[in-house]
Amino acid sequence: MNKARKNRNVNISELSSATVRFAGDSGDGIQLVGSQFANATAVAGNDLSTLPDYPAEIRAPAGTLAGVSGFQISFGDDSVMTPGNKPNVLLVMNPAALAVNLKNLEKGSVVIANSDAFSPAALEKAGYASNPLEDGSLDNYRVIGVPANTMTENALKDSGLPKAQALKCKNFYMLGIMFWMYGLPLGPTREWIKTKFKKSADVAAANAKVLEAGYDYAETTEIFDARFQTKKSPVAPGKYRNLTGNEAAAYALITAAKLLKKKLFYGSYPITPASEILHTLAKHRANDVVVFQAEDEISAMCSTIGAAFGGELAATGTSGPGLSLKVEALGLAVIAELPMVVIDVQRGGPSTGLPTKTEQSDLLQAVYGRHGECPLVVLAASSPADCFTTTLEAARIAVKYMTPVIVLSNSYLSNGSEPFRIPKLSELPKFQVSPLPSPENFQPFMRDPETLARPWAWPGLKGYEHRIGGLEKAEGTGAISYDPENHERMTNLRAEKVARVVKEIPPTKIFGVPEGELLVVGWGSTYGAITSAVTEARRAGFSVSSIHIRNIFPLPPDLGAVMRRFRKVLVPEENSGQLRMLLRSEFMREPLGLNKMQGQPLNSEEVLTKIKEVLRGN
Amino acid sequence: MENTKLTAKDFSSNLPVKWCPGCGDFAILNMIQKTLAGMGLPHEKYAVVSGIGCSSRFPYYVNTYGFHSIHGRAPAIATGLKLSNPDLSVWVITGDGDGLSIGGNHMLHAIRRNIGLKIVLFNNRIYALTKGQASPTTQPGTRTKTTPLGSIDYPFIPARFAVGLDCTFVARGIDTDIAGTSAILERAAGHNGTTFVEILQKCVPFSDKEFDPLKDPAAREDVLLRVAHGKPLVFGRDRNKGIAFRNFRPEIVEFSGKVPDEIAVYDETNAEMAYLISGFTQPELPLPVGVFRATRKPSFEELYYDQVKAVGDTRGHELETLLAGPDAWEIK
Repeated sequence: MNKARKNRNVNISELSSATVRFAGDSGDGIQLVGSQFANATAVAGNDLSTLPDYPAEIRAPAGTLAGVSGFQISFGDDSVMTPGNKPNVLLVMNPAALAVNLKNLEKGSVVIANSDAFSPAALEKAGYASNPLEDGSLDNYRVIGVPANTMTENALKDSGLPKAQALKCKNFYMLGIMFWMYGLPLGPTREWIKTKFKKSADVAAANAKVLEAGYDYAETTEIFDARFQTKKSPVAPGKYRNLTGNEAAAYALITAAKLLKKKLFYGSYPITPASEILHTLAKHRANDVVVFQAEDEISAMCSTIGAAFGGELAATGTSGPGLSLKVEALGLAVIAELPMVVIDVQRGGPSTGLPTKTEQSDLLQAVYGRHGECPLVVLAASSPADCFTTTLEAARIAVKYMTPVIVLSNSYLSNGSEPFRIPKLSELPKFQVSPLPSPENFQPFMRDPETLARPWAWPGLKGYEHRIGGLEKAEGTGAISYDPENHERMTNLRAEKVARVVKEIPPTKIFGVPEGELLVVGWGSTYGAITSAVTEARRAGFSVSSIHIRNIFPLPPDLGAVMRRFRKVLVPEENSGQLRMLLRSEFMREPLGLNKMQGQPLNSEEVLTKIKEVLRGN
Repeated sequence: MENTKLTAKDFSSNLPVKWCPGCGDFAILNMIQKTLAGMGLPHEKYAVVSGIGCSSRFPYYVNTYGFHSIHGRAPAIATGLKLSNPDLSVWVITGDGDGLSIGGNHMLHAIRRNIGLKIVLFNNRIYALTKGQASPTTQPGTRTKTTPLGSIDYPFIPARFAVGLDCTFVARGIDTDIAGTSAILERAAGHNGTTFVEILQKCVPFSDKEFDPLKDPAAREDVLLRVAHGKPLVFGRDRNKGIAFRNFRPEIVEFSGKVPDEIAVYDETNAEMAYLISGFTQPELPLPVGVFRATRKPSFEELYYDQVKAVGDTRGHELETLLAGPDAWEIK
């Protein structure tokens, strides 16, 4: 399909980065066109970051404000770190999408609207008394109305598809327009359509045709006088693919199992926003991945413990309410000293809370939320691609120290995506498991002198038959023991073992200068927002640096010293101050907080404003 | 291959057994150790998983791999172990409280999946480890610490619960009936898919009178119905009583001489018959023991690994290829 395109003089502006938001009814295929747009930007060599934002209801009433689904993407040259704060271009499929998103739009931005969807009934559902595309209320924006329904129907009038089905292709019409605006290639989406609809060739052809028609419409129509080109990102050479945080975590688990030459067992119960890990792994069961959809969260945790006892790399994933159900069994995992990875994709809580929205509010549950003295390792991922690195590190620590490790991700990371450079085998960390002594010298609770890990001997290994359980055991032999001194010794040993994980933590990397007025301490998904804000603040001359903590428990050993080199410490978090509480108790430091509990990610503007406020108050 | 034949003694760990004197658990322990020895697998291929309760101390006394876990969760832990290591013989030891109350959901889903677990449920109709509270099998009217005026809960019949879930092997035995219960365990050992064996057993301190009618080996034959595949449902010391189903209702028919035609012949492959039989309660009807249901249906792990085979083994693929997936791009 290499037809010649007409040349027209359009104003091509070169941008360093751009932010686009797609919005429409949850039935409009917004997530689909959003992710196709993201792929195309990646293939074109942009760095990118995405944020899907969808309603909890699968199908809220059509056309209502509650049913609006969104997908935001930032892409461009720099290291794009967040999905942007406010979009430069907002594409809306209906009036409700406009009503919901207009407040986040800077004046002067572009609004592209499916004008056919602005019927009196739809306007009323969205709460408009008159049509905003016509009544002048959007005069501060550049509004481009596209009759997408009419154009889609026209493009498909000879396709033989029934009208209702033809109309469903309209999202590809709008996508075609967006591809033209940003000079992006149609090829990857064409290929994707072919694969996706390979069972119905007519639907595939229709979508491809409409995509092309949208692109042509934008190219030939005078109303589009602007075209943007983003600078390519100077990324490291290598093979890349676009991954969401959940996919990255799933691939990390497979990778860890391969490095250990073990099966991966993943036992999980469906829960938003963690289910995609389960879905991704379910596709790989031919690759020594045993995926078990459990009857409940407790079974998910317990089957994982069973598989770990069985000598496999065992993992489970969940979100906050599910982690609460898992904690009793996590106590067993801690006392039985079995290795496993527990991924908590945090969402707005408590209870059902905001199931599709993001938060960082499970930190204290992960660190402390168990009965008894029950230490385990907690790590936090900082970006979608970092979900790979962090989950892989979690598995490495789990097997080296024979301990459960919780990985904190969240809705923002799990659904967001960014290019992931596929590592070479040689670049991956080495996994180390304490060697088993000979059967005669084996005791289930003897310890590796360096790591304090107990030996991992699993059913099937001849000569190592032994019994473990939830009762306290005698040091070494593992026999049931109610001896008071032994319990205290074992409690201390379990704590000391987890404390020794600090040996795995590299020196804290400081973004900026090693000392100064203000240190911003972040963890998890706020990495992009904090780093962007600090970059900008430093450009504006403020004395500010930042660090980002992956090791939540145990904390990096040099953290106290690093913080002491700054006069003030600011901890931005999507909770009411949980890391702050941890830092206070560990280091007797009283950091300032920037706390957001809105189910939406902290953005760099908010962090920047706070940095300025703190430093101007000096 | 292991050539030396193992005996029950080989499956005894050297730990002191800590059940109360007179507890039926001792007899069950001996029977299971004997059953394991008879299975012919090497030691290391067995795993015994339990929850919490008196019965759940069991793994400590069996010289194999064992896991004494947490209350109610043994079927879930055993499922993870069996699914990832299908070659192991995985036994779940549980009780009426552990398996049917706090762990009811795991029990029902393990059975639903037909995963290859050998589940043995010790039914003493009481919470014994916590010293005498009513359990889901405590009989109506029973006075316990939590039911001082008599229990008003309708109890479960464990075997019927399993039959109702279409469990592929369901049986009931009695701790004091060594021959009958050993035969059941031996058949369970050879079954593929979930096996559910309920063993009735009194608790000396807390439900001592529970199975008094079953105490005397001769007298108990008047109240026990020994169910056997292909055999008529006949019972009584003098083998002179039988069960006839009239309009699907069981009725006791007394006879002398030849077994009358209307006495039902038991068919363990018949789910409906198993349902009727497992619902028999004393004193209206004799208490059935034996194998109620035995049928063959692919196990969860068989279906799982067959599916894996069907999609084609990709284990040999390079990790980098796997990570790249179908839509990677290259930046030079």
